[in-house]
Amino acid sequence: MGLNVRNVVDKLDALNEYDREPVPEKKLQGAGNFAGFFAGEHVAGTEFVIGPLFVAHGASAFDMFVGLLLGNLLAVLSWTFVTTPIAIRTRLNLYWHLRQIAGPYVLFAYNIVNALMFCFLAGAMISVSATAVGLPFKMRMPRLEDMYPNSIGWVLVVIVVGLIVTTVAILGFERLARFSKISAPWMFLVFVGAGLAVLPSLGVHSFSDFWRVANERIWTGAPLAGQTKFTFWHIMFFAWFCNLAMHLGMADLTTMRFAKKSSYGLLSACGMYLGHYVAWLASGILCAAALGEVAPGPIAYLGAGFAGAIAVIVAGWTTANPTLYRAGLAFQTITPDWRRWKVTLAAGIVTTIAALFPALMMKLLDFVALYGLLLMPMGAVVFADFWLLPRLGLKARYAKTRGLAFSWPAAAAWILTLVIVMWLPLEIFFKALPGWFLAVAIFIIGSYIQQRKSADAA
Amino acid sequence: MKTLSMIGSAAALGLTVVPALLVMSGAITLEANRSLMTAGAVLWFVATPFWMKKAG
Repeated sequence: MGLNVRNVVDKLDALNEYDREPVPEKKLQGAGNFAGFFAGEHVAGTEFVIGPLFVAHGASAFDMFVGLLLGNLLAVLSWTFVTTPIAIRTRLNLYWHLRQIAGPYVLFAYNIVNALMFCFLAGAMISVSATAVGLPFKMRMPRLEDMYPNSIGWVLVVIVVGLIVTTVAILGFERLARFSKISAPWMFLVFVGAGLAVLPSLGVHSFSDFWRVANERIWTGAPLAGQTKFTFWHIMFFAWFCNLAMHLGMADLTTMRFAKKSSYGLLSACGMYLGHYVAWLASGILCAAALGEVAPGPIAYLGAGFAGAIAVIVAGWTTANPTLYRAGLAFQTITPDWRRWKVTLAAGIVTTIAALFPALMMKLLDFVALYGLLLMPMGAVVFADFWLLPRLGLKARYAKTRGLAFSWPAAAAWILTLVIVMWLPLEIFFKALPGWFLAVAIFIIGSYIQQRKSADAA
Repeated sequence: MKTLSMIGSAAALGLTVVPALLVMSGAITLEANRSLMTAGAVLWFVATPFWMKKAG
């Protein structure tokens, strides 16, 4: 089927039609809704994987407790001082905001990259759920070094889980969304309960034992064979940039535009410190108690029995479904003649195939860092366009002002930033920070050239 | 009914985290903790939909 870009753009606009106008005053949400949103969104199935991966990478106890504390603080401040101030001033979602800056063609490419990332993320969630579903069948669990499917049992369980997730996404996931909301408080306490329950098996019999055991048996500072060593800086930067696409990448403009004040960004602390602090620490403890096992199902079962296994299934599933639904929605833009169910089915097949490879789960830290890095430059573009261009005497939202379908400074900022940061001799966790400043600089220089040329031509 | 289901949910959360503290103090075994946490899971999903639905 040929791809008609104009047709695609119209389709994209139609999908976002409802959100075209800024959020009206009466639709603004209270602080409680944001606290609940962040807490629910960031206590997910992947938390069962990330904590153990820090253990496998030889994080030390001090680096974990202090690195996560500071990294999460930086994430909260990013939501509060970068994302939310723009969100409450424009009240537009990222789609329409970016469309006015970059034009619909750039946005189309951004949408496709985003959709692919959603598929892989949902794939990781399906893998997480599969490790719990496979428990009663004595399925051979994937190990840290497994990159490819390791058994027929794994393949069958992943396909069944993928099939169910895809079917629910096709049928509409409203009921599942409600189920997810109901599960959230309980799920968080399963992390806490399971982590506490295995402490005696590691030698913790009183609070005074904890720090010694944490250093000697849990976060020992020694990576497992074949794993790179994580320092304080790895942990701090990972915690900060784990949701890079959401805060500095501005995807949460879509959510925070409903906030009454900028200070609501601080409520992201509910997600960061419950999910990305307590849950990561708890799942790390479970991994140490399971003698380095990293598959989420078995480690959750070790501490919490069937409640743990159910929590892993629920956590993975409830996150995979909306993610897959969003991916289907984005893919629908390149197949405008297809019905929604057919697109979601195609996205589900891609997602399930991705989930077959345990590498996606076992290399989740790298994938999460890459996901944020790929989308971050557009957040930098939004920031520079909103705050810096007017102060430099340049016009903001230039594509809208001039009616451009393609505004090259945003595209250049995106592509050049990624090319340059990929070339930088830094680990992936450290590329985003210089990349953000680079994207801002490229966009400003590009905008200056573009607008000066237009002025000269006029 | 709503009050009863809220009490049930609170008890479920208690069953999810209090047994772990009892394991730490040596009062119960890890195996008992697993059973109690599973009972908490069942109770949570039976009780919570009644009042959380009403709370919107």
